[in-house]
Amino acid sequence: MQELFQQLANGIAWGSIYALIALGYTMVYGTLRLINFAHGDVYMVGAFAAYFLARALGVGTVTSASPLMAALVLLGSMAICAGLGVLIELFAYRPVRKSSRLTALITAIGVSLLLENAGILIFGPDPKFFPQVIAPKTIQLAEGVLVTNHQIMVVVVAVFLMIALTLFIQRTRTGKAMRAVAFNRDAASLMGIPVDRIITITFAIGSALAAAAGFLVALTNPKIEPLMGIMPGIKAFVAAVLGGIGSIPGAMIGGLLMGISEYLVVGYVSSTYRDAIAFVILIIVLLLRPAGLLGRNVTEKV
Amino acid sequence: MIAARGLIRTLLAIAIVWALDWAASRTLNPYIYRVVVLCSINVILALSLNLVNGITGQFSIGHAGFMAVGAYASAAYTVYAVPLLFGPRYDQHAWLTAAAFLLAILVGGLVSAVAGFLVGLPSMRLRGDYLAIVTLGFGEIIRVAILNIDAVGGARGFAGIPPRTNLAWVLGGAWLTFAVIRNLMRSYHGRALLAIREDEIAAEALGVPTTRYKVTAFVIGAFFAGVAGALFSHYTYLHTNSFTFMKSIEVVIMVVLGGMGSLTGSILGAVLLTALPELLRFASAERLIIYSLLLIVLMIARPQGILGRRELSLRRRRAESASRPTLAA
Repeated sequence: MQELFQQLANGIAWGSIYALIALGYTMVYGTLRLINFAHGDVYMVGAFAAYFLARALGVGTVTSASPLMAALVLLGSMAICAGLGVLIELFAYRPVRKSSRLTALITAIGVSLLLENAGILIFGPDPKFFPQVIAPKTIQLAEGVLVTNHQIMVVVVAVFLMIALTLFIQRTRTGKAMRAVAFNRDAASLMGIPVDRIITITFAIGSALAAAAGFLVALTNPKIEPLMGIMPGIKAFVAAVLGGIGSIPGAMIGGLLMGISEYLVVGYVSSTYRDAIAFVILIIVLLLRPAGLLGRNVTEKV
Repeated sequence: MIAARGLIRTLLAIAIVWALDWAASRTLNPYIYRVVVLCSINVILALSLNLVNGITGQFSIGHAGFMAVGAYASAAYTVYAVPLLFGPRYDQHAWLTAAAFLLAILVGGLVSAVAGFLVGLPSMRLRGDYLAIVTLGFGEIIRVAILNIDAVGGARGFAGIPPRTNLAWVLGGAWLTFAVIRNLMRSYHGRALLAIREDEIAAEALGVPTTRYKVTAFVIGAFFAGVAGALFSHYTYLHTNSFTFMKSIEVVIMVVLGGMGSLTGSILGAVLLTALPELLRFASAERLIIYSLLLIVLMIARPQGILGRRELSLRRRRAESASRPTLAA
């Protein structure tokens, strides 16, 4: 029982990370119908941006670790990645928006490879140790169930960002415009919504969330390297599809489900199957519900 | 008459392939020879994926999984079954060795085709991005499953596979793949596949059993991916790391870059994408950056791929009218 709760706690923390990355996928997919393959690499850039910011600010030694500085590092890295997301959209995706979706997909793969290889060239291929911007502490949740304060922070920050995002999308004018563009881009443009600007905002928000995920991962698992985004990126996409792509609560549920099931497999089966379980769940869900857990089934018009 | 002409052409092709291999192994340095062999294996992969993605209009990104099935099935066959079937000292005889290898390639292709059927049957209910992510998922599941089979080496890699592949085998394989898919495209069944690509609902309304055709295309594609895997596993070190989803994506890029639905385009794409990173070796650190930038620029400048749907041909007019039975340009 203790073992189960321990794995659940780890799974929820890890699943929150997936959920944050999955949100970016699902938002971009909702507006552009594009699998933004570079999203996992934006998450990697987020971790590195936080690394360099923390070093520049001098946080990370035991004396200087403070929640305020950590928040500063987090916000800084989110801002940098928001800018990166806007640049990627402007220079790579906007020129191919009118072409076929496959062309856009290959372009996204190209951007992904570019970020990875530029990362290797600039940051170096060897892993870097992320500074401890918040001193680690172990907390006992219940008899035999241990979590770190970092894991709790991950969950708290992730939940906070998800609530903020939901409020933004449901309650603000810009959020309403984003929903309109996702629903029907042409009609939205006829209603006077500046579609290009809304798409830019979508990319900025999605990339900022990925950067937050990058920072949080680096906090709990302080080894960062330029290829760290590939596997989490693809799994977060799977999480988004699992929840029903285009649906924001779906991405959160999908991410959590994915994180928990991975830790259950690691705990009870074998860690070598960790990378496969995500896809097994995905395939089962898609065969039963072809549009994902919360996705709407689109009726086919002839 | 036609059969006789086909036979003559086949014999001629085999003769040319052997002659090419004989000449290449004496004139090319080993590095270039290796690149040419890998090019040809990638040509088989790109052609077979084009059957699914370009000709039938489905969107599979799990091709590396089928390549892995073929590679491991044929390698296991060669290592475990061949000494029992052909006697332990079969490799003393050139003909026996060749026959055993030919069988190994077929085993790889067939096992992979069965895997393609098992994967394709449920997947073909899905469309577009959902189909893409499910094929990607199956590819990864296959890879992780193989990684956990100890008899084929698991995480250590599969050692002790006799090297059998040479330029003649891979060129022969590429030629055969090209011939089969081209002839299929020109047949009644090929027309049905093209109709599914152009408009699935219309094709169904005209009486094309779309699911059966989609699964068939998928199975044939998997068969040739398995053949490519068999050729690969008898050429170089075999480890599941060669079959990650990045490999699948590489094959998709070859097909899209060459031009979806264009067979000669796939050949061009495969050769270009295999040779390009090698040609860029002079800029060792920056070469992958140049590669990815080129990819982005090419997609922006020429979204339909290098050839689009056209075919390169020496007899231009005939090839064009034959490869363009499409409903809309």
